[in-house]
Amino acid sequence: MEILPFLLGISVLIFFGAIAFFFWNVNNGQYDDLESPAHKILFDDDDDLIPTDIRPAKSSDSVQKKQDNA
Amino acid sequence: MNNLVVTDSHCYHCLLDLPLQVRHRVEINGIERKMCCPGCAGVAQTIIDSGLHNYYKHRDTNTTTINNSRDRAPLVPQELSLYNSEKLQLQFVSQSESGTKAATLVIEGITCAACIWLLEHHISQLTGIVKISINMTNHRAQISWFNDQIELSDILAQIHHVGYTAHPYRPDIEEQLLAKEQKKSMLRLGVAGVGMMQVLALAVSLYFGNHSGIDSDTVSWLRWSSLIICTPIVFYGAQPFFTAAYRDFKARHLSMDVPVSIAIGGAYIASCWATILADGEIYFDSVSMFTFFLLFGRYLEMQARHRTGRAGNALQNLLPQAAIKLIGEKDNLTEHLVAVSELVVGDIILVKPGQSIPADGVIIDGFSSIDESALTGEYLPKKRKLSDRVIGGTLNVENPIHVEIEKIGAQTQLSAIVRLLERAGEDKPKVAKIADKIASYFVACVLISSVIVATSWWFIDPSQAFWITLSVLVVTCPCALSLATPTALTTATGSLRQHGLLITRSHVLENIANATDFVFDKTGTLTKGNLAIENIAQCQNNQQALEIAAALEANSEHPIAKAFKPYLQRSADNIEVTLGEGVQGKINAQTFRIGKPTFAQQILKNNTAINAPSDKGHWLLLCSEEQIIAWFSISDTLRDDSHYCIQQLKRNNIKVHMLTGDNSDNATIIANDLAIEYLKTDASPSDKINYINALQNSGAKVVMVGDGINDLPVLAGTQTSIAMGSASDLAKTHADAVLTNGQLSVIIDGLLLAKKTRKIIVQNICWAFGYNMLALPLAAFGLIPPYAAAIGMSLSSLIVVCNALRLSKSPVISKTLRAPH
Repeated sequence: MEILPFLLGISVLIFFGAIAFFFWNVNNGQYDDLESPAHKILFDDDDDLIPTDIRPAKSSDSVQKKQDNA
Repeated sequence: MNNLVVTDSHCYHCLLDLPLQVRHRVEINGIERKMCCPGCAGVAQTIIDSGLHNYYKHRDTNTTTINNSRDRAPLVPQELSLYNSEKLQLQFVSQSESGTKAATLVIEGITCAACIWLLEHHISQLTGIVKISINMTNHRAQISWFNDQIELSDILAQIHHVGYTAHPYRPDIEEQLLAKEQKKSMLRLGVAGVGMMQVLALAVSLYFGNHSGIDSDTVSWLRWSSLIICTPIVFYGAQPFFTAAYRDFKARHLSMDVPVSIAIGGAYIASCWATILADGEIYFDSVSMFTFFLLFGRYLEMQARHRTGRAGNALQNLLPQAAIKLIGEKDNLTEHLVAVSELVVGDIILVKPGQSIPADGVIIDGFSSIDESALTGEYLPKKRKLSDRVIGGTLNVENPIHVEIEKIGAQTQLSAIVRLLERAGEDKPKVAKIADKIASYFVACVLISSVIVATSWWFIDPSQAFWITLSVLVVTCPCALSLATPTALTTATGSLRQHGLLITRSHVLENIANATDFVFDKTGTLTKGNLAIENIAQCQNNQQALEIAAALEANSEHPIAKAFKPYLQRSADNIEVTLGEGVQGKINAQTFRIGKPTFAQQILKNNTAINAPSDKGHWLLLCSEEQIIAWFSISDTLRDDSHYCIQQLKRNNIKVHMLTGDNSDNATIIANDLAIEYLKTDASPSDKINYINALQNSGAKVVMVGDGINDLPVLAGTQTSIAMGSASDLAKTHADAVLTNGQLSVIIDGLLLAKKTRKIIVQNICWAFGYNMLALPLAAFGLIPPYAAAIGMSLSSLIVVCNALRLSKSPVISKTLRAPH
């Protein structure tokens, strides 16, 4: 089990690394707002991902078309 | 999403009532929707034009707060341009080397997550914006932009176009400290949590080793690793316990921190000793678990404390940012737009009607009426003339005036009031105070019994003495006892806040649960408080009459004028306001007057006696020189849920009173309608105070519900007071709770939840106490090893917290009644 001290050493280093990352996170404000990310995932903001030929027309586009036809 | 509240009888944008005649419609997602006013229509159109129509799909229509454009201050472009000045920006804008500027703004009007989506998308579309991110908890936006491509004034204007108002964020020192405290405790919690998991993993290996054999080298490596990881937990994570215990020790006061510090410190030192000497037991796992769960409990309590304390940064926003300074000789004055922060004592400023006064001063030219409702709660504006003093933060209603500044900044009356009202919610409810006292006696018992246990075991079997004493200290830690009340109160308060009752003092729930009498104000509390046009009489063309009236009342900030705002279509010239009487103006060369009948009929060519259509109600007359155009009856309607609220209160054996300054029979009619038994009309503020005092002195537990207008001292003098959301900011800060959306039915939710909270607090305290009493003898006899003691303590705290979480499912009886009919 000579590998054990080596592994333990690495895990202790990883621990300190994780703590350092955590400090960086908190100090840069990642956990300041815990409410809105939960809501944001429910907004399907994916209109850009829909292929252009089957994309529903935006209301500004339809206004444009009306003006063209008139 | 939830469509409970969106019906065709409400403005599609702000969800408030539509006026009698709908004049604004906007096409949204292919369907024409009704709007209540030009403000909402304009905002809705901007949203659609920006391609953000999804806002209407995402938004939460069941929200308890409303953002409508009717009462919003209009944007003044010159004022906005002031925000670009370097001097003003020094206070809240930072510059980075890459040429971008960054600022934090507080956004007013955010009601749900979709608002954040809307703002973030709309602003990030603008050229020159680098980043915008909005925090939903505190409504603060962090924006960074390239100053050569877009200016701060443009950003503020765009925020206004989509329906919100932005102010620069200038946190006071207390708020900055609170933010720091929150960050630090989260860091400590993280260190303790992650460390605890590491140490437990190593401890499990050691326990397996004890069981099935392990060579001493491996033991040594595992122990040293545990020591290294546990060190930051003890010195960083558990630091608050040590500092608190030291402080208490010096003050000769016993608190929970004393045994905790002894346990953690003692166990850590003993374990280090055992590791170095390679002999004896180690307790790093108990130490880390103990530290983590204690920190977790404290973190929950701190969240609660921070949330309930933040009722009023609103007063700070009363003072305007810009003012018009007058420079020069008396007949040759020039106007300069300056930032308020640059004003000094002795400056002369011009305050136009509709603007708020920037600082305390004295009128040196002109006369007007001033709306002081923000400070005094007086509904109707007060007349002020030459040499009268005016207060910063109040609104100039009628005429432009010249004011000489006497006090600025921190010396103004407003700032003094803000300082006086700074209550951070540190007073604890009686139950918690009792729990604290019991806890301190308990701690004394624990310490004494630890000493007894230690000495007894020292004589019986010294090798066991240490870990048994440690177990006793850990297992009897009264942390479940001190968590019992705060967790229940936090959950209940949070749940009520979401339903629309914001509690700002901790004794509220307790007092509401014990209440025997509820006292209601009439105007603005039981009734909507918004003067609305109830009836139009003797009129041939309603539409035209309303438009003429609206044109005349366009510039007035008087409450009666607001009733006509939705009908504003045209403008009138030569508008003359006669204070307290009415308005005269010219439209298409015809002169009109609107106001008190005696005032309006003065311009009639044939001045015959004129009577109001009926005795009931407040009638305004609109007439031209030729004829009477219309009679308008202005009145105040009952809130939808007044009936329900009074009925439920009586069902719970609570006596309902109504106190009002109104001396018309309107009050008696409303009292009979709502079946209120105890009524006092024509009450002056001192009458009201006497009534409440008499009630309280007779042993009754009184809760007062009002809107602060004319009853501000009454609200402050009652045991528990609830202010309506539409109350003045001063009333809201004086009151113990605020009904943010003005729904009286939420009071019933609060009542039922308060009773449930009391039950749960008692349950928690019984459990915590019982567990500690039971565990103490078990630990004293050596039946509980330290790690089991730590787990047991954590489990008991967990049970207390979970029991308190039952309060988050508050009664939803009144939800169906909240949907308008």
